Amino acid sequence: MTATTTAPTAAAPSVRAVKRPSNRMRAWATRAPLLPALIFMIAVTQLPFVATLVISFFDWNALYPNARRFTGFANYTEVLTDADLRQSVWTTILLTAAVVLASLVLGLALALLLDRRFRGRGIVRTLLIAPFLVVPVAAALLWKHVLYNPEYGLLNGLLHYVGGPQPDWISNTPLLAVEASLVWQWTPFMMLILLAGLQSRDQQQIEAAKVDGANDWQVFRHLTLPHLRRYLELGALLGSIYIVQNFDAVFTITSGGLGTANLPYTVYQSFYQAHENGLASAAGVLVVIGSIIIATFALRVVSSLFREEASRA
Amino acid sequence: MSATAAVRERPRRTRGAGLGLLAWLAGILFFLPIAWMALTSFHSEEDAATNPPSFGAALTLDGYREFFGTGGGASPWPSLINSTVASLVSTLCVLLLALPAAYALSIRPVKKWTDVLFFFLSTKMLPVVAGLLPIYLFAKNTDMLDNIWLLVILYTSMNLPIAVWMMQSFLSEVPVAIIEAARVDGARLPTVLTRVVAPIALPGIAATALICFIFSWNELLFARVLTGVVAETAPVFLTGFITSQGLFLAKVCAASLVISLPVLAAGFAAQDKLVQGLSLGAVK
Repeated sequence: MTATTTAPTAAAPSVRAVKRPSNRMRAWATRAPLLPALIFMIAVTQLPFVATLVISFFDWNALYPNARRFTGFANYTEVLTDADLRQSVWTTILLTAAVVLASLVLGLALALLLDRRFRGRGIVRTLLIAPFLVVPVAAALLWKHVLYNPEYGLLNGLLHYVGGPQPDWISNTPLLAVEASLVWQWTPFMMLILLAGLQSRDQQQIEAAKVDGANDWQVFRHLTLPHLRRYLELGALLGSIYIVQNFDAVFTITSGGLGTANLPYTVYQSFYQAHENGLASAAGVLVVIGSIIIATFALRVVSSLFREEASRA
Repeated sequence: MSATAAVRERPRRTRGAGLGLLAWLAGILFFLPIAWMALTSFHSEEDAATNPPSFGAALTLDGYREFFGTGGGASPWPSLINSTVASLVSTLCVLLLALPAAYALSIRPVKKWTDVLFFFLSTKMLPVVAGLLPIYLFAKNTDMLDNIWLLVILYTSMNLPIAVWMMQSFLSEVPVAIIEAARVDGARLPTVLTRVVAPIALPGIAATALICFIFSWNELLFARVLTGVVAETAPVFLTGFITSQGLFLAKVCAASLVISLPVLAAGFAAQDKLVQGLSLGAVK
C-alpha cells in the first residue's frame, strides 16, 4: 500500500518539472485573451479614482494653483458639515429611493398586466418600452418644456379642459417634477425585468395550487411574490446604481436649483463652475462610498442569480 | 357540469377583457408624452405654444428645418457626426476587447473566472463622477480636451463591463459538446470560432453592440465636461438648444425626436435581448 503510493509521488516531481513550462505557457495562453480588456479597465477606471482619492486630501482651487496644499481630512469635514452638500446627500437618497420604489411598483403592475394574453399585447409592450428609449436629455427637455410649462405645457393644457388649476409644476414641486420624469423613464426597465421573472415561474406549480383551490391573490402572495423577490431586488439595485448617478434630469429640468442638486450634480458644479478640486474630489469619494454600500448588495444578488442560472444550465 | 363551467367562465372572461383594456390604457398613457412630442414637432411654433393645446393644428416641417439649421441657427450635423463616431467606434472597441475576454471567461475559462467577471461588474458601480476630475485634469494637461477620441476611450471603458457580462452569458449558451465534437473532427480554433461559436452567439453579440451604442449615444456628463466646440455630441448640442429667445417648443420636439431616433431604432431591434443585456445577463 505505502509502496504503491510513494512510487508515483517520487516520480511526480520529475514529470512536473518537464511539464511546468508548457503548463505555464498554456495558462498564459488561456489568460491572454482576457488581458487587453482587464488592463484597459484598470487604466481607465481605477487609476483616475486613485487620483481622486489623492486630490481629496488637498486644498486645491484650480483658480489658485499655487495655493495647493495638503489638508488631510479637512475637505471631508467641510463636505459633511456644509449645509448645501449635506442637503445634496439627502436629495440623492430621496431622489433615488423615490424613483426606484415608484418605478418598481408601477413596473410590477404593468408586468402583471402584460403577463396575461390579450389582443395587441406586443404593441402595448412596445408602447411601454418606448419611454426608456428616449435619449435622457431629450426626455428631460420634453418634461420640462412640453409637459410642465405652466403656460402652454400639456399637463396644464389637459387640466384646462376639466377646469382644473394651472400650477407651476417645477417651481411648486421641483424634486417631484424631476422624480416623475425619471419614474416615466425607469418604469419600463423595471417592467422588463419583472416580466422576465413572471415568465420564468413554474406554471405547473401554479396550476397545482389552483386545482387545490388557491385564488388569484393567494397564488400571487404565496407563489409569485416569493419567486419575484430576486427580480425585485435586482431591479431595485440596478436602478439604484443608475439613478444615484443621475445627472441629465437634474441638470436639465432644474439645473440643480430649488433643492434638487444631487451629489453628481454638486460634484460637477464644484469643480466645473467653482473650480474647487479638493472639495469636488472629497464629494466624489463620498459618492463612491455610498455606491459601494449599494454595490455590495447588488453584487450579492447578481451572483446568487448567476449561480442559480449556472446550476440550472 | 358544463353549465356551471360556463357560469364560472363568463366573469373571468369579462375581467380578462377589462385587464387587457387597462393594459392598453397604461401603454397609451406611457406613450402619450412621446406621441405629443411627435405631434408638436410638426406644428408651427405658434400652434405648439397654446393653452388649451391645439391638437388639430396645421402640420408643418418648420421645426425640423429650424433644427437642421436651415433657419439660420447652428447646424446640428457636426454634433450628430461626433455622436455617431463616438458611439460606433467605442462600440467597435468594446466588441474587440470584450469578445476575447468573454471567451476566456466562458468557453475556455481561466482559473477564478467568476472573480474576474465580478471585478468587471464592480467597475461599473464606480460612479462616473468619481473619476471625472482627474480625467478632466489629465485631458487638460495633455491637450485632449474637446477631442472626440477621448470620449471614445471613456465610452469604451463605460460599456466594456456590461459587454463582457452580456457576452459571457451569451457565449456560455454555446454547448461545450459541439465545440469538442468539432475539435475531435479536426477543426482548428479559427474554424471552430467562425463556424460553430459565431452562428450561435451572433444574435447576442448584436444585442450587446446595440446596447453599448445606446449608452454611448445617450451619455451627457463626460461629453458636457470634456468637449467644447469641436467635439460636441448630440446630447450636449441639445442642452444648448434652448438659449434662444422666443418660442422654441416645435424646434425642441423635432430635435429631441431626431436625436432619439437612433436609440429607439436600436432599442426596438434589440428588444428581445434587452432585459438580458440590461440585467447584465442575470435575467434570461
